[in-house]
Amino acid sequence: MGLAFVRTGFAAAVLAVALASSSVFAATPKDTLVQAWQIDDIISLDPAEIFEISTTEIAGNTYERLIGYDLDDVSKMFGVVAESWTVSPDGKTITFKIREGRKFASGNPITAADVEFSLQRAVLLDKSPAFIINQFGITKDNAKTSIKATGDYTVDFTMDRPYAPSFALYALTSSVASVVDKKLVLEHEANGDFGYEWLKTHYAGSGPFTIRDWRANEVAVLERNPNYSGTPAPLARVIYRHIPETATQRILLEKGDVDIARNLGPEQIAAISGNPDIKIQAAPKGTLYYLGLNQKNPNLAKPEVREALKYLVDYSAIADTIMKNQGAVHQAFLPKGFLGAVNDTPYALDVDKAKALLAKAGLADGFTVTMDVRSTQPITGVAEAIQATFAKAGVKVEIIPGDGKQTLTKYRARTHDIYIGVWGPDYQDPHTNAQTFASNPDNKDDASSKTLAWRNAWETPVLGPEVDAAILEKDPAKRAALYEAMQRQVMADGPFVIMFQQTENAALRSNVKNFIMGPSFDNNLATAASKD
Amino acid sequence: MIADVPLLRRGRAALGLAQGVGSFLLTLGITLFGLVVVTFVIGRVVPIDPVLAVVGDRASGAVYERARTEMGLDRPLVEQFGLYLKKAVTGDFGRSVLTTNPVIDDIRSYFPATIELATLGTLIGTLIGVPLGVFAAVRSGSLLDQIVRIVGLVGYSVPIFWLGLMALLLFYAKLDWVAGPGRLDIAYDYMVTPVTGLLLVDSLLQGQVDVFWNAVSHIILPAALLGYFSLAYISRMTRALLLNELQQEYVVTARIKGLSEARVIWRHALRNAAVPLLTVVVLSYATLLEGSVLTETVFAWPGIGSYITNSLQNADLNAVLGGTLVVGAAFVTLNLISDLLYRLLDPRTR
Repeated sequence: MGLAFVRTGFAAAVLAVALASSSVFAATPKDTLVQAWQIDDIISLDPAEIFEISTTEIAGNTYERLIGYDLDDVSKMFGVVAESWTVSPDGKTITFKIREGRKFASGNPITAADVEFSLQRAVLLDKSPAFIINQFGITKDNAKTSIKATGDYTVDFTMDRPYAPSFALYALTSSVASVVDKKLVLEHEANGDFGYEWLKTHYAGSGPFTIRDWRANEVAVLERNPNYSGTPAPLARVIYRHIPETATQRILLEKGDVDIARNLGPEQIAAISGNPDIKIQAAPKGTLYYLGLNQKNPNLAKPEVREALKYLVDYSAIADTIMKNQGAVHQAFLPKGFLGAVNDTPYALDVDKAKALLAKAGLADGFTVTMDVRSTQPITGVAEAIQATFAKAGVKVEIIPGDGKQTLTKYRARTHDIYIGVWGPDYQDPHTNAQTFASNPDNKDDASSKTLAWRNAWETPVLGPEVDAAILEKDPAKRAALYEAMQRQVMADGPFVIMFQQTENAALRSNVKNFIMGPSFDNNLATAASKD
Repeated sequence: MIADVPLLRRGRAALGLAQGVGSFLLTLGITLFGLVVVTFVIGRVVPIDPVLAVVGDRASGAVYERARTEMGLDRPLVEQFGLYLKKAVTGDFGRSVLTTNPVIDDIRSYFPATIELATLGTLIGTLIGVPLGVFAAVRSGSLLDQIVRIVGLVGYSVPIFWLGLMALLLFYAKLDWVAGPGRLDIAYDYMVTPVTGLLLVDSLLQGQVDVFWNAVSHIILPAALLGYFSLAYISRMTRALLLNELQQEYVVTARIKGLSEARVIWRHALRNAAVPLLTVVVLSYATLLEGSVLTETVFAWPGIGSYITNSLQNADLNAVLGGTLVVGAAFVTLNLISDLLYRLLDPRTR
């Protein structure tokens, strides 16, 4: 009897599975690109607030900015919403001529009033990325006079000092400077919030795609913008599915239920690289992997110790193994591709030299130090490799694992010894990294500016003013030379062991064409992508 | 005097019921208050800065300070707690930082996904686990009993994360029996308007049979996996409870009376074992309702477990508190239901 009942139970279960499997498993439709990606970092779709990797990429596909740059040669800039621009003789005002006859997705025309509104709004809302515009002396108090439409199709952008034009222009290529549809946004304004509450979850742009939907921790859906003024996107739809587990991403990709898997690790990439239905696309990104040495720790504050630790990382071995296809050795604070970037790599594992330097610092027997490590790959792997090579010179590293926000909280409170971090530039100009790695205007614990130099309690009495001076240098060659000198100083003496520049990998189904991966996440573009 | 006895009984019954309801409400109140206190304290002592989740790492000092003030984090802890409690009792859990939605809306969207999965998982676990347990008890010591015990042991000891991935690889990637991670194929997305939030129910209510079957093909694997885990527990408990019953004298009497073995087992022994078994099933259900974070992660299932975990990792306190309270309330309610059923089924406990 019991057995019969069990048999019936199993039969029912098998029937259920059989019924279920009779449903249609559609491969992704030809006009739809489905990407598996960890998109739980999205907290807002408002360009004035967007600062996370996923949203930056989404904004790059859905919003337009005044200008853009050539992905193959970032020094070449071109107009997007702006047709052209001129710099005033005193160097303080940039006048943008807006292209006529273009529309937002809503059908509203794009005019100077929209540009004025968008940039003013970003400053007045004062969300995290607002500082990118604040750097030019444009604050809540003067935003309405500093960013001014002077006609239907001309806008003046007036700065407090004659900054290098490239600095201002690169800053205006970032997401915060996206042009939003003034009329549409103001229709949803509530309590003078410039439509912020509405735009956090809605869309008001003019890019190749529109944002149709975002469900947190689940999906973001982009649709082709029928009113886009440029070449229409071949795809009707781009879907980002939040797939937190990378092994699941791999299975979905191999099955063909997603077209691109974005978070696969090196071992997974190696495992699928032989699959003829899948291809790997790689692009160097601006993100740097580095160690931050807290100068509050008396041992790490010794110049010889800082230098010794730079000789105790086996850069090439890590690049060939743990970071294989994930990054390349890079030791300067400006990533390759940036104006003035220093690409030589003077440091390599040299235990004898490190020992000599430690002895010179009075630490011949080494010392013990902690390292705060985010519990995620490849960070953990790199940290363990460093722990092993540091030990060769008697530097005993105690790894303190933690969640991302947890280690970051400690880093920002300057209570770490060594922090293994990643840093990506905020925009394409060298100032973004120079400011954070080489400038610390106030080393007090309650300082408002928490640059990386501050977080490691490294005072910059000489370098700081050099960073400030470089943004006023108009001659690109001279400016590049200034940044080169700064990088060499930080490399030689700074509390940073800069190790690798990230390579982003995506695994694509072979039928996906023209998916673009640029140097930053806002130029990872599906705008020209199609499927065979 | 004699006529008064039923009245007295009824009075006592009413009083008992009132006491039961009163005691339930008190338990619920104390549990929820305890949860609020504990979660609040945990939320405040975790070494994560909640402002970071709102403004990110790059914000200027001024932006950071403004967000901190807006979140009330500059106020004394007692005041923060008082303010939170005041809002929570009116059902206002605030907004989640990560999803930007009111927490209550998030719960409305994530909890049904978990309920759907947990219910199906428990159904599978019970429908297979109980007969397996019965069989193992009846044929105690046989080869099949050993197999059932090993199956239970594997269910208990193998990491669900690994098992989930293997199941996906086999049943989805290789055999193509079931659909992959997520609740629906993208082609079916947006075809059903959420009413109950339970996709299987909403799709049927709206006559979307295709969507229903697609949802079934997505839920069957994670539900079977969770079902396997509750099966491991339920079959083990069924076996133990039934073995105990089979040694009772009434079973011997029933057999002497000449009742068929099936009748002895299913009508008499199992019926008596069913009372404690019910508690086992309800508690197993309650555990699944808390959300199985690892299953939800592997199957990209937007449920309450991963919602709370993700919120906790980002110190998104409103979401953590709201989610925990709702799960806590569900847990207490299920416990009460189990208690009530226990009383209903077992006259000795009345």
